[in-house]
This record gives sequence, structure tokens and C-alpha cells, in this order.
Amino acid sequence: MVAQLLFFYFGGMAVAGAVVAIFNANLVYSALALLMTFIHIAGIYILLNAEFIAAVQIIVYAGAILVTYVFVLMLFNPEQEKRYFHKQYKIGGFLGAALLFLMLFAGFKTEILSQAGPMTAESIQEIGHTRAIGMALFTDFIFPFEIASLILLVAMFGAIVLAGRGKIRKRGPGGRVDLSSRNVTKEAS
Amino acid sequence: MELAIQVLVILAQIAAVLGVVLTHVAYLTYAERKILSDMQDRLGPMEVGPHGLLQPLADGLKLFFKEDIIPAGANKIIFSAAPILVLVPALIGFAVIPFGRDSLQLGAIEITPYITDINIGLLYILAFSSIGAYGILLGGWASNSKYALLGGLRSAAQVISYELPLGLALVGPVLLAGSLSLKTMTEAQGGGFWHWYVVSQPVAFVIYMICAIAETNRLPFDMPEAESELVAGFFTEYSGMRFSFFFLAEYANMILVSCVAVVAFLGGWQAPLPVLDFIPPVVWFLAKVYFLLFFYIWLRATVPRLRFDQLMAFGWKIMLPIALVNVLFTSIAKYIFS
Repeated sequence: MVAQLLFFYFGGMAVAGAVVAIFNANLVYSALALLMTFIHIAGIYILLNAEFIAAVQIIVYAGAILVTYVFVLMLFNPEQEKRYFHKQYKIGGFLGAALLFLMLFAGFKTEILSQAGPMTAESIQEIGHTRAIGMALFTDFIFPFEIASLILLVAMFGAIVLAGRGKIRKRGPGGRVDLSSRNVTKEAS
Repeated sequence: MELAIQVLVILAQIAAVLGVVLTHVAYLTYAERKILSDMQDRLGPMEVGPHGLLQPLADGLKLFFKEDIIPAGANKIIFSAAPILVLVPALIGFAVIPFGRDSLQLGAIEITPYITDINIGLLYILAFSSIGAYGILLGGWASNSKYALLGGLRSAAQVISYELPLGLALVGPVLLAGSLSLKTMTEAQGGGFWHWYVVSQPVAFVIYMICAIAETNRLPFDMPEAESELVAGFFTEYSGMRFSFFFLAEYANMILVSCVAVVAFLGGWQAPLPVLDFIPPVVWFLAKVYFLLFFYIWLRATVPRLRFDQLMAFGWKIMLPIALVNVLFTSIAKYIFS
């Protein structure tokens, strides 16, 4: 009963925060609403006995990613634009609807068709949630896990290359240029 | 009835811990002024009470009666919320710190020397300390002042940069103890000071201490509030009680990171030699925390402030790689020796 009430509180606040984040014209308020969403999603994780994921949710999303967003917002202090419909709103709407449909479809499908995994709430309680998640990640799901980290690495390289572009061109090929940046100079010239 | 008593006990515990922490915060400011003045060969506060002992009380009263000014161009809601957003995360972390070994039995009620022992204790502290950065950032932004904004931005950059090596340094003790619970961690270091993780993890301890100073915005890493260039940094525009909230949060954070260092590296409430077990564990815990706090103040009196780009380069190019290598070696050693 209490757990249900808490779930509705956390879920409702998370959704409300997300809605405010999208519709508020003030970007800093949007970021704060997003912070509220992240924290309440962490609350839902705690209700699911996933306290490790809850803490990581706050550390990674609220403590690292969103802080960077707020940092950039304050550094550039963008004009508060009025809400407008982007030219591509039809495509966006279509893609959004398709994704929502897919997610709902997948959600309902797994509930009916797939079998439960080897982990039960009791077994996780017994060995501890942190240990359970570590075992799962580094044995059964090592391949998807490594793929995900590789994708992040590629994104990181991309960001560094994009950020370093102007500097490298100014310095020219005579300067201290390593292998990765030489490709960039070639591409830029 | 039983439930009511339980709730009452928990509330009393929280009140006791908060009371002790806030008293320590108040007298930490006094200790800082006294130690600094001693190191600089002057007297420090002497007027209020014997040797100025009542000075923190007088300071608190003075701040309480000061006018609360909100600048005209400030964002009122965020400006008022920011100090709370800084103070609450700083105080909430004390919930998982184990101060002593023995629980107190009063009839059927058991009073533990910690408020709660959750099995992700360390992550809990890290999670809330990362929330504290918002208060500084938003306080700086909402003040509508260039000094405050720059202070807030610097703080955000600093906290993001130093949180990574701080967390990675704590991975070493976590790997050795095999648990994120601070209680289990303390118990794993029993039986003499050579079992403390500062002996097996000296690199992690040094990294942790440096990053902890950077995280709490203390000298020599007090970029966000560098007086000589930013007036007072992110709280330039704050006054009265709101200003004192930032002040309290800074000192509470100092005590919190010292407590975590004591638990993770210095054996928590464990005595350094098994012969010395007759001294109550709480005394050992407090002695270690006081030593680290003294170290903090000592550092402030000794080391000049770094430049901002040096600070960032130091964090990313030196601390982070060393912390990563330390995690790697610790994992290999743990795998081989167990």
C-alpha cells in the first residue's frame, strides 16, 4: 500500500518534471525540472530494491550530465526563445509516435511472452544488489556492455576532434600534430 | 506503540547527530581562526568569553540579526533556494557514518552509533555531494552578478573534474573491503594500524585527500571564491542567514569528507594497536577526524592558491590517470591474493 502510494508519487513527479522541462521557456527552469525527474526516477529504483542503480542514476545523470548542461547554459546565457513549431515538426511527430508505439509494443510483448530470468527478488536480496548487477554485467552481458563503452569512446573522440578543429588549423602541419589530428587538417583544408 | 517508539528513537538519533555536527561546524570556524592566528603569530579572537570561546555563538547571533538582502536583478526563487540546496546535501551524508562500535541497549530499544547502515553507503554520500554543486552553481547564477556567476561556473568545472578521481580513489578501499557499506568497511580494517587501507592504498589516500580539498573548495583550491579576483565568489551577493548557510555547508562538507577519509582509509573507530582497545572507539574516530581537520587548516596556512588552468590540468592530466592505474593495480592484486 505504502509502496504503491510512493510509486505514484515518484512516477507522477518524474512525469511532471519531464513535462515542465519540455514546455518551460526558461532554460534554467527546464534543467531544474529535469533534475527533479532524475531524482524521482532514482526513487522508483529504490522502490524496486535497485539501490545501486538509484545511486548511480543520481551520480551520473544529476551529478555529471545535467551539471554540464547547466554549466553550458550559464556560460553562453542563450536568449530565451519563444516557443515555436519547428519546420520539421511533422517528421518529428511521426518519429516520436513510431518510437512510442515500438516501446509500448515491446513492453507489452515481453510481459506476456518472455520467461523470467534466473534472478528473483529474493536471490538479489541474498547476494546483494551491487554484486548481482556486477555479476550480470561482467558475465552474461559482457558483450553489450563493451559495445556500449565503445560507442561512448567513439562519441568522446568525435567531441575532441570537433572541439580541436579550429586550433589545429591555426597551428598548421608544421606544429606538434599527432596522427588523429592530421586527418582533421586534411579534411579541413 | 512500538512503531511510535522506533520513530522517536530514529528522530532522536537524527537530532543528536545534527546537533553534534553543527556544534562541530561552529567550533571548527573557531579552531580555524585560532590555529591560523597561532601559525601567523597573533592572538585571534580573544574578546568574547575566555580565549574567545564564545565567538562562534556571537557570530551566529550576529548573522541571524543581519538584514536579508535580495539584489534587485536576482531571480528570487532560485536565489532563496540555493543555500538550502547546498546545506542539505552537506548534512544528509552524516546519516551513514559509523561513529563507534557498540550499540547502546536501553531495555528493548537498541541505539546504534550510526543513523542507518545502507549497503551503498559510500555511493549515497557521493550522490548527495554531487547534488550540492547545483546550489553553488544556481546561487551564482541567480545573484545576477558577474563575480557570483564566474564563481559558480568555476565551482561547477572544479566539482565535475575532481569528482572523478575522488570516486576512483575510493574504489581501492571498496575493492579491498568488498563492500560499499561504511560499517563493513570499518570492520574490515580491524586488528592494528597495518590493516588500515592507508597502508595498502597510499596512492588512493593521497589522491582522495587532494580531491576532497578541491571538492570542498578549500585553499589551495578555493577558485570559486578566490577573494583577490572574485570578491567572494558565488556568495558575493548573499547576506545574513542565507550567507551563513553557505558557510555552514562549507564546514559541514569539510567534516564529512574527513569522516569518509577516516572510515575508508584510517580504520574508522578502530584503535591503531590492539593493546589500545580499552579506549572507547568514538574517541579514536574523533581523534582521527580532528587530525584531518587540523591538516586542512594547516594546509590553508601554508600553501598559496593555484591558478585555475593549473587546477584543471592537474585534475584531468595527473590525478585521473593515477587514480585509474591505482584501480587497475588494486584489482589485479586483489585477484591474485584472494
